[in-house]
Amino acid sequence: MKNKTNSLSQEGEARPSRCPDNSAFKQQKLPAWKPQLNIATVLSSFFLTGAFCLSAGVCLILSANSVREIQIDYSDKCSDCSKLRENSSNWNKECNCSVNFTLKEDILGDVFMYYGLQNFYQNHRRYMISRSDAQLLGRNVNIQKSYCAPFTTYQNGTPMAPCGAIANSMFNDTIDLFYNLNSSVIKVPLLKTGNSWWTDKNVKFRNPKSYNLSSAFAGTARPPYWQKPVYLLDEENERNNGYVNDDFIVWMRVSAFATFRNLYRRVRRVEQFADGLPAGNYTFRISYNFPVTKFKGRKHVILSTVVWSGGSNPFLGIAYVVSGTAATLTGFVITAIHLTLRKKKTYF
Amino acid sequence: LQIFAFLALMCLILAIGNGIWEYDKGYYFQVYLPWAEGINSASYSGFLMFWSYVIILNTVVPISLYVSVEIIRLGNSFYIDWDRKMYYPLNDTPAQARTTTLNEELGQIKYIFSDKTGTLTQNIMSFNKCSINGKSYGDVYDMSGQRTEITENTEKVDFSYNPLADPKFSFYDHSLVEAVKLNDVPTHRFFRLLSLCHTVMPEEKKEGNLVYQAQSPDEGALVTAARNFGFVFRARTPETITVVEMGETKIYKLLAILDFNNVRKRMSVIVRSPEGDLTLYCKGADTILYELLHSSCEALKEETTEHLNEFAGEGLRTLVVAYKNLDEDYFQDWIRRHHEASTALEGREDKLSELYEEIEKDLMLLGATAIEDKLQDGVPQTIDTLAKANIKIWVLTGDKQETAMNIGYSCNLLHDDMEDVFIIEGSTSDDVLNELRNARKKMKPDSFLDSDEINIQFEKSSKKPNILPDEQANGVYGLVITGHSLAYALEGNLELELVRTACMCKVVICCRVTPLQKAQVVELVKKYKKAVTLAIGDGANDVSMIKTAHIGVGISGQEGMQAVLSSDFSFAQFRYLQRLLLVHGRWSYIRMCKFLKYFFYKNFAFTLVHFWYGFFSGFSAQTVYDEWFITLYNLVYTSLPVLGMSLFDQDVDDRWSILFPQLYVPGQQNLYFNKMVFVTCMLQGIYSSLILFFIPYGAMYNTMRSDGKAIADYQSFALVAQTCLLIVVSVQIGLDTSYWTVVNQFFIWGSLSVFFAITFTMYSDGMYLIFTASFPFIGTARNTLSQPNVWLAIFLSITLCVLPVVGFRFLKTQLKPTPSDKV
Repeated sequence: MKNKTNSLSQEGEARPSRCPDNSAFKQQKLPAWKPQLNIATVLSSFFLTGAFCLSAGVCLILSANSVREIQIDYSDKCSDCSKLRENSSNWNKECNCSVNFTLKEDILGDVFMYYGLQNFYQNHRRYMISRSDAQLLGRNVNIQKSYCAPFTTYQNGTPMAPCGAIANSMFNDTIDLFYNLNSSVIKVPLLKTGNSWWTDKNVKFRNPKSYNLSSAFAGTARPPYWQKPVYLLDEENERNNGYVNDDFIVWMRVSAFATFRNLYRRVRRVEQFADGLPAGNYTFRISYNFPVTKFKGRKHVILSTVVWSGGSNPFLGIAYVVSGTAATLTGFVITAIHLTLRKKKTYF
Repeated sequence: LQIFAFLALMCLILAIGNGIWEYDKGYYFQVYLPWAEGINSASYSGFLMFWSYVIILNTVVPISLYVSVEIIRLGNSFYIDWDRKMYYPLNDTPAQARTTTLNEELGQIKYIFSDKTGTLTQNIMSFNKCSINGKSYGDVYDMSGQRTEITENTEKVDFSYNPLADPKFSFYDHSLVEAVKLNDVPTHRFFRLLSLCHTVMPEEKKEGNLVYQAQSPDEGALVTAARNFGFVFRARTPETITVVEMGETKIYKLLAILDFNNVRKRMSVIVRSPEGDLTLYCKGADTILYELLHSSCEALKEETTEHLNEFAGEGLRTLVVAYKNLDEDYFQDWIRRHHEASTALEGREDKLSELYEEIEKDLMLLGATAIEDKLQDGVPQTIDTLAKANIKIWVLTGDKQETAMNIGYSCNLLHDDMEDVFIIEGSTSDDVLNELRNARKKMKPDSFLDSDEINIQFEKSSKKPNILPDEQANGVYGLVITGHSLAYALEGNLELELVRTACMCKVVICCRVTPLQKAQVVELVKKYKKAVTLAIGDGANDVSMIKTAHIGVGISGQEGMQAVLSSDFSFAQFRYLQRLLLVHGRWSYIRMCKFLKYFFYKNFAFTLVHFWYGFFSGFSAQTVYDEWFITLYNLVYTSLPVLGMSLFDQDVDDRWSILFPQLYVPGQQNLYFNKMVFVTCMLQGIYSSLILFFIPYGAMYNTMRSDGKAIADYQSFALVAQTCLLIVVSVQIGLDTSYWTVVNQFFIWGSLSVFFAITFTMYSDGMYLIFTASFPFIGTARNTLSQPNVWLAIFLSITLCVLPVVGFRFLKTQLKPTPSDKV
């Protein structure tokens, strides 16, 4: 642009001299800062980042180590149920399974319960697009236009609510946690809500408007793999039902990897559990609905606390320590090289 | 092209991966994700996935690169136009980049082919010396020698812009003026000849205001000289020439003009003076004219030859003049035959030239003229600088050997430090071959051994267009070759000898060459050497050469516009060439290289993350980033900083680049962007993409947010990966930039903030509610970028991507400093 206007103005005014302007821009003399890699900046950057990375890494490792985590693979432990579910004709048969474990120490603080899936490719492209966001906003849209196929409508034309492969494959095991205290069994109180992002719960997912939920979903049918329709996901809590059900929302936020964990429940800190989970024997009672063995998947149930840096994943901490060490060592190497070179130079 | 192969390879790997995955896992995963309609086997799915990945990974082939390259070239051409240091105030000519696509090649020139007249010299001819009747005039004995005649005649001589005061038009030798005044007969005849024997057209717009239109500046200079000495050529009709001889007007009858041409190298006129005498006046090249002289002037011939050699030794252009009184009867007979010949239908040319030969003999030698063609300002220094920049200079001139060599010496092309200057002047093909071989033997004795690489190479492949590697001579040599020998040397089998020998020399001067030969020489070097050539010239005879060379430079000077019109760059003075090459060319080249390096790097780092993700997402062609980010990445987020760098970057400033011409050498060897460099930046891109994928992956794998919610959802991962990428890429450009202007700062920080602004906008509630289908990433930015471990992951990726580069670059400058680091 600048170029054009310049040549225009030259022609327009018919300046007698064709001498170019003496501006800093045109003469390429703009004032500039010319940083150069010299030994001071390079070494300080290496040593500073090295120190920072080391300390950050140590902090991360320490905090990650303070996380208490219990992970139980129940697709093996409930192998009977797994076998039952491999045959899809048994879909409506109930199968329950119990998994026991012992806590040797109390788990203090907030305790979260996750289900983990392995080898479940939520990040497959066709899986990931198989949803209709507009439908989940409660809008009356033609889901044929979305990528929900083949989970769009039944053969008789009834649309699925919600449609798509993601919704259809929603994790539908129910897991309850029991605390065995002196032969009495106490059900650990678990929170069903508050497990999803505020934006998801309040903005991204909305139920269709109607006087009650079942009428809102009239004319639609549940996805084929579901046991109950979407408006019965949580019969106890109106605000956690339909599309805004937390379990559903959490599931709909698809994972980036084939192995992932989603927040399932939070331990409600009341009575014995006010400080977390006390030591003792516990039982997971699982109603096993979700088949995974067919595609060599695995299911876990996980109990964990969190710290400021998240969960017990030590990766970041280790990576920081490693790169901090590497940076510091490289710093020394560079210093050594620099010193030898400088010596050489003085000889010449 | 290799990029395409690379792309195809990546896609193939991913497609095969997809085939295997669908067979191994996807088949069983159909419970939850049935195969799409029409896909019934894993291999078919893999085939389709190949094309999906072509679409996703095509960003390694940077289409937008071409647009940016054009912008950069345009910008750099404007810098050339704008450069005040290449503006010539005397005739108000700025430098001009007439093509915008060759800037970076200016930084890689290895051979310069230069015209002499008008390019190295000013092409302002001034009558400098003469030899009349065995007496040499023109040497300076007394600086006060000003002529009175000039004031009598016109003030404005035909070189309009600098009258009397300019020494170019002054003649310092008083004795010649004295001789004229004393009515010395030979002297008068000498100047009468100069005023009669020419094809100059006078133009007299006002009384006394004569302007000569001369076809060649030499003629103009001679006629002007005659005029200044009192033989004013006033007017011309087809039959008469009006001359004011020492104040009295005489009208000569013009009976015949015997034209000049390249074979005859002379011209003559036959005139009848008012007194009735018939005279033939002739001027021409010494070699030709000497053979036509009457035997009576042997003694004079020797003296004149001495003078001529002296003149040529000073780099002057010489002509010999002679006359002959004609016998009336003989002339009548001749003119009749001439008339017949000139109306003949067949072989007119031959008959005419026969007739000319017949009459132009037994001439009486009058003397010789010497015209000076001054060197332009700063030519020796420029040539010196260019030579230091390892540029080989070939001068192709129509002048004769002595003149050319002397010009060569006077403008530092040839100098006494040279081991030897070979002169090739053989007149048969064998002679030329021998001379060339001898020269080469002296420069590099081993090049005749059978073990020499090039000889082996030639035995192996007899195909013609071989690229010759550069050979190193054992010293600094010059080569002078005459047009005659050049004609032989350019023939088939000698070509190679010529190229091998000539290219080992630092300087090559070809004299007496025709315009066609100029182009042939350029063509020859282009054919056998992998080098960028530049031809510079000013006249119509250089056009072919300018067009043949990679880059043509026109001097907008005396000889019209043809050269400029066919050139790529033009300016007014030869000395601007050093600025054009060493400053603008070098900058353009370095900028372009930096640009390409960075551009490939950023696209590799960007694209390959998809590749790694393929291994984790069932090779399903799932992209890592939000599709908006993919769209905007090259268009908005990263386009301006790199443009800013490649328009403003200067590794060393212009004064240093001219002071240290060695800085130019890396460009000639194309050290800053070749396959090695490309592979390096590809590896760097691959490394960065690995970091950019695996650090977020590791940081988010099987962990949770600090509030216990899951973190590893796709949208958060995408956001983290793209934030890492963008910051890494911005820091990288910061590292590449060595000249931070305000604009650079603005572009870099601006692009980063634009990224965050756009991201937060696109991921906001409002956008989602309005365009539900387009912006599904609602809330991701807010929810994810508030996590401390996300930022730690981002910081770690940046550190890991950037620190090794810093260390590597630093060590490189320490261990293997490039010339520009040394400065």
